[in-house]
Amino acid sequence: MATTAIPTNPSFSQTFYDSLQELPDGERIRACLQCANCSGVCPFGYIMDYPPGKIISLLRADIFDYVLKTETVWMCVSCYACSEVCPAKIPLTPGLMTRTKEELLLAGNVPSELQNALEFSQRYGNPLGESPRKRAVWTEGIDPDIKILGKYKQPVEVLWYVGDYPSYHSRVQLATKAFAKILNALGVDFGILGREENSDGDSQRLAGERGLFEILAEKNGVAFEKYQFDEIITTDPHAYNALKNEYPKLGINYPIRHYTEYLLEKLDQLKPLLTQSVNAKVTYHDPCYLGRANGIYEQPRTLLNAIPGVELVEMSHNRTTSLCCGGGGGGMWLDGFQWEKAHVRLSEWRVREAVASDANILAVACPYESPRFEDAAKMVQGAGKLLVRDLTELLTDAMGI
Amino acid sequence: MNIVVLIKLIPDLIEELSIHSNGVALDMDWIRLIINEFDDHALEQAILLKESYDANVTIIAPDVEGVDDVLFTGLAKGVDRSIKLLGDFEEGVNSHALARVFKKTVQDLEPDLILTGVQAHDDLDGSVGPLIAGYLDYPYVGYVSGVKIIDGKSMVRKEYPGGLIAEMEVILPAVLGIQAAEKPPRYVAISKVRQAMKTATIDEIDVDELDITGGPTVNRMFKAKSGERATMIEGDEEEVADRLVEIFKEIGVL
Repeated sequence: MATTAIPTNPSFSQTFYDSLQELPDGERIRACLQCANCSGVCPFGYIMDYPPGKIISLLRADIFDYVLKTETVWMCVSCYACSEVCPAKIPLTPGLMTRTKEELLLAGNVPSELQNALEFSQRYGNPLGESPRKRAVWTEGIDPDIKILGKYKQPVEVLWYVGDYPSYHSRVQLATKAFAKILNALGVDFGILGREENSDGDSQRLAGERGLFEILAEKNGVAFEKYQFDEIITTDPHAYNALKNEYPKLGINYPIRHYTEYLLEKLDQLKPLLTQSVNAKVTYHDPCYLGRANGIYEQPRTLLNAIPGVELVEMSHNRTTSLCCGGGGGGMWLDGFQWEKAHVRLSEWRVREAVASDANILAVACPYESPRFEDAAKMVQGAGKLLVRDLTELLTDAMGI
Repeated sequence: MNIVVLIKLIPDLIEELSIHSNGVALDMDWIRLIINEFDDHALEQAILLKESYDANVTIIAPDVEGVDDVLFTGLAKGVDRSIKLLGDFEEGVNSHALARVFKKTVQDLEPDLILTGVQAHDDLDGSVGPLIAGYLDYPYVGYVSGVKIIDGKSMVRKEYPGGLIAEMEVILPAVLGIQAAEKPPRYVAISKVRQAMKTATIDEIDVDELDITGGPTVNRMFKAKSGERATMIEGDEEEVADRLVEIFKEIGVL
């Protein structure tokens, strides 16, 4: 049989490479000069058989199928560290790595640990496997009552998209309740969707399950459509990213702000309420999806500086170089897998930096973080006295509520 | 080789169960149904067999809320044919009646192997597998956690209590009650399920009136109450711990 030096049909590598170039800014992948900055900065790059730069080289060599046979792509926590340092500004996180995970998932190469979160999201609308009927149970005891729009049936100024972990996770609920108290103290006219709210789906999307993301987004879109409100706010950077950058591509367009942006606008009203001194050295952890993915670095710091007694100190990695807590891109549901492969936890690395910064409090602004860092603090030497506090909790401490 | 997998949907225990006002059954209006976990393993085992031995796999399930999703997911995983049994299943059905309706459909399919979950948490009158094996006069092996086909016979791994495993040869056709598939049930991307919804069809078969003979008659269904001997110790951690120590001393274990 005659053979040709050049494949006569487009190979899978070629088709995939072409599809990447159709994504926003995707054509930049052609400018990859194999500098390997991405692989070096990746917190798990040393574990990956094929870190981002190497995947590109395999694509160019027409042997991308090697990648589909490995599972270390699942170490990617979608933290945008690679995208941040890429001199060619290739959309490595939203493009290359996410699309690669999609292909792995379609090929059935999915860690079983991740499977549960995806199945739960599909079945119950949240990755925790909790009853969707119980999504607003956390609101019990908040005074005044939180309006659930399905019952309230009147327009509100602000729709608060609460999110999965803020609704269900017992540790994160403390921060959720704190934020509810802040909104009540500011007299904000707000409501929530309650059981009509579904997971924002962003982490599922970044874990390669685009179809699931679309279903969840559509369900949320239907719920948003039913009610009248001026804007959406959320405490969850992953939900923020989804509603701001991904839902509009599906025709679901609503103004969305992270609560740190929202509260900053109300700082004049908030400041007189911050009467109690917190008296602590506080270091702030930039969440990947607030910071690198969406450029919100200063708003949370300004709020922290407004709290009496707070001395803000920085960790060695901060702002654009912030370290991931390990929970992004499906990492939240791959703790065992990550441990098996790496025998380290990214959250512990971060807590060691917090200890080194001499802070008493590690302040966070993402619902994945308080449980992850509190767990990590139990494992890190010298972190026994480090408190992990959500920014909302520090604000309610200062408000004495 | 024809493999038939029998599937039923059972109450999902994520929601609290409530008793129907008639006092003898669950209130199905408030119940969310989910594929019986063991049936999901039976389905996975069937697909693993298909991948190894080029088998033809048919899944059958009674028509209840959510069954289409289960059947389309099966098709997306690689099932060749799915059948929905149309009948009066919404209020629940006992294992005897279910085995009888399965039997009728299964006979026409001339199966070599019938796989089903070894049990389900709503089996009040025994599991479906041995019943259907009885009705069809096929051999039955339950608590199976591995199946191979060798020279037209099946070689199955059966789990016994105490960590014992037996390998036994079973003549086909046979019914196997699956405890666990050789691999955990696979994940299938939602886009593939959606694709199946567009391209594949679910066959529908009407069933006769259900014959519930042989099943139990429930006189009263109620939530378990704590027994008279249970004592709730009130107080903070210290008080509870002190009281526990006292009790341990009283009963002589400390």
